Amino acid sequence: MGILEIKNLSVEFDTVAGPFRALDGVNYSIDPGEVLAIVGESGSGKSVAMLAVMGLLPNTATVTADKMMFEDIDLASLNTSQRRQVIGKDISMIFQEPIASLNPCFTVGFQLTEALKAHTSLSGSQRQKRAEELLESVGIPNPKGSLTVFPHQMSGGQCQRVMIAMAISCAPKLLIADEPTTALDVTIQKQILDLLLTIQQDSGMALIMITHDMGVVAETADRVVVQYKGRQVEEADVLSLFESPKNAYTKALLSALPENATGDRLPTVQDFAKELTDAGISLEGVSK
Amino acid sequence: MSNTVLRARDLKRDYHVKEGLFGKTRTIHALKGVSFDLEEGKTLAVVGESGCGKSTLARILTLIDPATAGSLLIDEKIVDISAGHLTSELRRKVQIVFQNPYGSLNPRQKIGAVLEEPLVINTNTSPIERTALAHSMLKKVGLGPEHYNRYPHMFSGGQRQRIAIARALMLKPRLLVLDEPVSALDLSVQAQILNLLADLQEELNLTYVFISHDLSVVKYIADQVMVMYFGEVVEYGSRDDVFDNPQHDYTKTLFTATPRADVDSIKKRLAKKNAA
Repeated sequence: MGILEIKNLSVEFDTVAGPFRALDGVNYSIDPGEVLAIVGESGSGKSVAMLAVMGLLPNTATVTADKMMFEDIDLASLNTSQRRQVIGKDISMIFQEPIASLNPCFTVGFQLTEALKAHTSLSGSQRQKRAEELLESVGIPNPKGSLTVFPHQMSGGQCQRVMIAMAISCAPKLLIADEPTTALDVTIQKQILDLLLTIQQDSGMALIMITHDMGVVAETADRVVVQYKGRQVEEADVLSLFESPKNAYTKALLSALPENATGDRLPTVQDFAKELTDAGISLEGVSK
Repeated sequence: MSNTVLRARDLKRDYHVKEGLFGKTRTIHALKGVSFDLEEGKTLAVVGESGCGKSTLARILTLIDPATAGSLLIDEKIVDISAGHLTSELRRKVQIVFQNPYGSLNPRQKIGAVLEEPLVINTNTSPIERTALAHSMLKKVGLGPEHYNRYPHMFSGGQRQRIAIARALMLKPRLLVLDEPVSALDLSVQAQILNLLADLQEELNLTYVFISHDLSVVKYIADQVMVMYFGEVVEYGSRDDVFDNPQHDYTKTLFTATPRADVDSIKKRLAKKNAA
């Protein structure tokens, strides 16, 4: 029994042009201590799925699911205040743009202790101490001094470290990282991925990595879900996915990697049009 | 016969930054002496992290900013824009494609106008000729005549990047500076744009300066590679030399930091994880 069990999750947005189905009947299940990667291109619904789990979608979205269980809590039936007790404590999330996700008007220390204030019974000085420990654990030099610093005084990599510290402050059982390193340089990306994996292994929490980067998938995941246009096209453990992809779209995606290039030109998704159509994947609307 | 299109000798660029309203001015050496030669029809990839001077170099090469010191030769002629000798002939030789195709197109301009504007400014072609040129360029980058009258918001990211490339090619440049042209695109679209760039290079004998932080893309497209670190060139050589036998520590760090998506490295990682 996984820590998060989702069956047949669909999300529809009301738009001027009528309802738009962003996510169409996907299933996820993740065990404690597992690293699951959800990979797909823009429009594949990978972020929408996790936002639905977190209850962060706007009012125009209609979320339906046969089952949406986190441990023994039914996420679909929670009201706002009940949800707030789970979100940020047992499930937390890191976003793509670290600088945009931090509030520029408050110090790092204030923002870090906010979650502790909401979810724990620690006193003010204890929270301060815990915040310091957290910053140290994510590798911020001079953690004590950094508490009084504003986000704009930090680099992008440091901001992402602060975001991670915030996300793990209440020892979550599930951490969702939505493109955590996309905005960062490769050397910083490496550090952040290493940090996330170390924390994940030490604490035994489950980690969901949302990404479009096959390299990041290869470096982090145990199991991979590939999505395309709101549908799940393949689910496999990481080695078999890269070794012998079953689905035509996964094959197309892997062969489009420049490092797998063999000839003069890269194969594109269009080159796999026939296989994709056979697999029931429509290329309609794919940019040429 | 080899034909050197671009020759840079010890290019330097300083920025003077004032610290506060009454503060002292501080000098930032963004570029600390960059030299390279680039032959016609070849691709030079410039790699480095944010703040390493990649974009400063791009601005100098595209004649947007003058260099503080050093010399830049295009087609063996010295170019010095600080003296104000920038002719439209020179402007036509170098064009740039930016990273973000959403930001680099004017949302109120139809694609036809986007493509014709460089011609209006720099040449004396007639309106009919311009329309014809725009149509043939659309075809060349894989778009159709039906796109001529559309606005940028009607296109996907990949198509917009095609339009940006088409605009850059309207003046038949010798040299195209590509500033992270595929890093905002999805993987499958990235492959299409890289193929397009390769096709165009072959057809028009273009010379590329390709700025990127993605080493797998660089390895695929480059003939020469230049690795920059804090305004300095730490490694410069042919692609195979740099990738097979990196000399500088920073280049090595960069290579080990790049995520690898091959089966062997996954196996290695999983074995290590299971052992732990």
